[in-house]
Amino acid sequence: MEVASPAIATGASRPGTGSGGLVPDKVTGTVRRALSWLRQNLFSSIPNTVLTLAVVAVLAWAVPPFVEWAVTGATITGSAKAACTGDGACWTFIRMRLPQFFYGHYPSEQMWRVNVAGLLLLAFSIPVLRDNTKRRGLWLLLLLVAFPVLAGVLLLGGLPGLPYVDTTEWGGLMLDVLIAFVVVAGSIPFGVLLALGRRSQLPIVRTLSVGFIELWRASPLLTVITMSAVMLPLFLPDGVHIDRLVRALVVLVLFNAAYMAETVRGGLQGVEVGQEEAAYSVGLKWWQVQAFVVLPQALRHVMPGIVNNVVDLFKDTTLVTIIGLFDILGAVNQAIKDPAWLGLAHEGYVFTMVVFFACCFAMSSYARRMERRLNRHRTGRH
Amino acid sequence: MRYVTRLATCCAVVAGMMGFAAGSWAQDVKSPTMDAIKKRGELICGVDTGIPGFAYQDAAGKWQGLDIAYCRAIATSVLGSADKVKYIGTTSKVRFSVLQSGEIDVLIRDSTLTLTRNTELGLAHGALNFFTGEAFMVKKSLNVAHATELNGATICVLTGTTLELNIADYGRANNIKINTLLFERPEEAFAAAEAGRCDGYTDDGGSVAAARSSMKNPKDWVILPELISREFLGSYTRQGDERWNILVRWVHYAMLEAEVLGITQANVDEIKKSATNPEVRGFLGLEETFGKKLGVDNDWAYRIVKEVGNYGENYDKYFGPLELPRGWNNLYTKGGLQYPLPWR
Amino acid sequence: MVRRPSRRAYIGQWVLLAGVVAFGWLLADMVAGNYARKNLHFGFGFLVEPAHFDLPFHLISWTLFDTYGRVLLVCILNTALVAALAIVTASVLGLVVGVMRLSVNWLVRNIALAFIEFVRNTPQLVQLIFWYVGVLQTLPPPRNGIHLPGGVNLNVRGLYVPDAVMRPDGGWLAWVAFALLVATPFVWKLRVGAARVGAKALLLPLLAAALFAAGVDHVEYPEVKGFNLAGGTQVPPELVALWIGLSVYATAFIAEIVRGSIEAIPTGQHEAAQALGLKGMQRLFLVVLPQALRIMVPQLTSQYLNIIKSTTLGAAVGYGELMQIFAGTVMQQAGKEIETMAIVWAIFVAINLAGSSLMNWYNRRVTLVER
Repeated sequence: MEVASPAIATGASRPGTGSGGLVPDKVTGTVRRALSWLRQNLFSSIPNTVLTLAVVAVLAWAVPPFVEWAVTGATITGSAKAACTGDGACWTFIRMRLPQFFYGHYPSEQMWRVNVAGLLLLAFSIPVLRDNTKRRGLWLLLLLVAFPVLAGVLLLGGLPGLPYVDTTEWGGLMLDVLIAFVVVAGSIPFGVLLALGRRSQLPIVRTLSVGFIELWRASPLLTVITMSAVMLPLFLPDGVHIDRLVRALVVLVLFNAAYMAETVRGGLQGVEVGQEEAAYSVGLKWWQVQAFVVLPQALRHVMPGIVNNVVDLFKDTTLVTIIGLFDILGAVNQAIKDPAWLGLAHEGYVFTMVVFFACCFAMSSYARRMERRLNRHRTGRH
Repeated sequence: MRYVTRLATCCAVVAGMMGFAAGSWAQDVKSPTMDAIKKRGELICGVDTGIPGFAYQDAAGKWQGLDIAYCRAIATSVLGSADKVKYIGTTSKVRFSVLQSGEIDVLIRDSTLTLTRNTELGLAHGALNFFTGEAFMVKKSLNVAHATELNGATICVLTGTTLELNIADYGRANNIKINTLLFERPEEAFAAAEAGRCDGYTDDGGSVAAARSSMKNPKDWVILPELISREFLGSYTRQGDERWNILVRWVHYAMLEAEVLGITQANVDEIKKSATNPEVRGFLGLEETFGKKLGVDNDWAYRIVKEVGNYGENYDKYFGPLELPRGWNNLYTKGGLQYPLPWR
Repeated sequence: MVRRPSRRAYIGQWVLLAGVVAFGWLLADMVAGNYARKNLHFGFGFLVEPAHFDLPFHLISWTLFDTYGRVLLVCILNTALVAALAIVTASVLGLVVGVMRLSVNWLVRNIALAFIEFVRNTPQLVQLIFWYVGVLQTLPPPRNGIHLPGGVNLNVRGLYVPDAVMRPDGGWLAWVAFALLVATPFVWKLRVGAARVGAKALLLPLLAAALFAAGVDHVEYPEVKGFNLAGGTQVPPELVALWIGLSVYATAFIAEIVRGSIEAIPTGQHEAAQALGLKGMQRLFLVVLPQALRIMVPQLTSQYLNIIKSTTLGAAVGYGELMQIFAGTVMQQAGKEIETMAIVWAIFVAINLAGSSLMNWYNRRVTLVER
């Protein structure tokens, strides 16, 4: 295989500028450009041509059956397994079970509340994530404080017009989103404290922070979740019991805070020392320096890291099925054992992967874009 | 100053947790569990995550099954309505921790009543509501007629159960080697059996019948006649709340007594109007004060029959479709092992 | 150092420490109280009690009378096996995919990109279950498994490979052969006088193969017998699913590390190598990768540690590793929640801390070499 140095690779991906004939014919120009592109990118040398042909052969072998299964031979109409007569996928199953995959057992006449909460989440997140937001910290505060209150009231209910919906009815993708949000929101303040602690000049504070961070980062997530289910109750006084979901959330917040601390620490390191020195020199106290000078600047640098953390965490929320919570993976697992819909495991898991891919790809692409922009900004300034 | 702020935050968090804890303290000497249920307005019942017969959610997401019937019967005794129940699905791994922690009031999850669980785990046996033994289900095409012919076979089994100990003992006693494959949840084990990853599935008799019913083609599977162990399934409560345990047990006897007396969901109203038999009148709360003695209303037994039905009705409703004969679970008067203690 | 903390802060941290200690003591007291009230006993005595259950997959011998302690050993070995397999596979695949990302070939480059993006943005657990339920459980039953060349049989019960049965007196030959194989890379590096032994070390594996062949009595092929295939060695599908699942997931991350580190090497290095007349692959392996390795190692280590931590997902596909058997079966059968979880947790923490220190040691070493 021929490997280009990065400079050459980026150079090669630029379409070739044709030398151009005497009469600039638009069509031939396009064709020539396309041919030139093909030559440069796919057939630049004999090994490269062989490689291209080999890859095309593999694609020709693998892709058509998949398309056949997923699209052309698939069924999506009807309301029972009998409707799926083709050889392809039975998307009917997904369509019929969609409410359960998205909302768990949330009462169907109340599902609008979940949708509204979802829209609210978007509405509050966009200002935080946009590039040129003024008062990003304020929006972040709103997202972390005002939104949870609103969403909590909306989802739990118990007010006139909003009947109470117990947490045991919650499930599906909604539960994944909920867990990811609560855990990230909870772990940001905790992570900031730990990151400050790790950079502290006080030996005990530093040691405690490092110990906490490293111990959690060394534990497998599944072990941590299982601990929350079987071990945590033994650490509570007699007669005190905490809901299983809440227990998992508490432990996940602690777990994620360790990772968040490392992300935040990266951002803190990006703030120039001069800023801190200047702040001290005008007589600010430690906490004032951190809260009004260092953290606001660090926040911008850590946004991509936090979004990546959200992606990782969101993917990992599927682990809660193992302790019997009914998230989207749990819902799929249960649905594919329904006697009326047996043998549709592929559809269920492919659907789950596509849902996660859509959410996570959007988020991680965004994080990457923001990171590039930040880097450009930074290099531009110095 | 800075650490003072941090400390203050810590204190606030701890204080918040304490406040939360204090809110959930339950203090009564008689039956703390029952008082907590009354205060809460619902019973929290630990059940299986999903196994036909015992506990499963139907297409509408409503819980069904014999264990569910018990949850409903207890709820109506304490709270006056069988619908005031919150079900918590528990896996075999976490079920006892969930009960010990107080997350649920009672565990009715086709669990075998054993000595170790009674002693080491600090749990109290409630009602023994299902007599069965460990059974095997294998593919018909393998032409196996008896469990002793399973030498070299691979059997799917749930981890953390009495089953995997029994199967090892059985193999040893009969000088055969049965390989096992362990799973956390029934649906994973069913899927593996369906796929042919193992030759069969083992569980208590009721669950094996349920497993067969949830196979793609139940007719392809046969349940072997041998029961290699006693799996007497029942409910568990925490130790230290005798009165609660007594109620759970007598709810079971009420469901059996109704069957003995021939009272069903359909005829209970009529019988209540015209009853002259002192036993029936006592049972339905027209005479005597059995309910009061248990700490519930006097017509609790009437409500159980009215809202949930007697034991036989529920058995037929949930295990009839699985083609599991009553066998040991018949009344003692009909050659079975189920009996209510005397209502005196 | 920007500013010295105040005296008050120094005192404050002791208060914090006292708070943490008090909190820990409170927890311990709570557990002790709960144990006493529930009639439970804390202790690790159960490790010497017999387990009385069967283990589906074990690398060392296992009988029903072996102790819980031996269960732990079996679990550690199972975890180590799948972790080692996945680390090797993911490293090789990650290198390949990472290099593909930098190919001049547009198609190759973008296929690698699509693979990486898809894998990185879907949950590992779903991928794992997909491999197990969606792929491996759709294989044919053992009686009509797929026959592969060399007497290998693939079916829903796993991959059955022929087994070499050693002569009773030839067992030691296998050990010698194994030792030779292990020694090969070290001999390669060895210096005799001024010159490295180098490629001459490849004689050792040949010798090992010859010794091994000399000790083999006969080759046992898997055959249909009773319920299963008998003879040969069975690689259970649970192991394969976990192995593939861990490897594929880590491959995507390692590929990005490889790409990033290669890109971090200044273009001058490529050009200098080109000027020396080195071909594409030579440039990559002799000039670029050795330098990139220094950047890669810390990130690779954390990926390897991630693989080790992720082996716990084996519980979801029924592979008998620490989480499934020890923190599952043993926890239930012995009724020792805190003890078993503590042991499992301690093992992972120990592995991770060891990994981090190893990485630090390596970092220091390569920094010293650097001019």
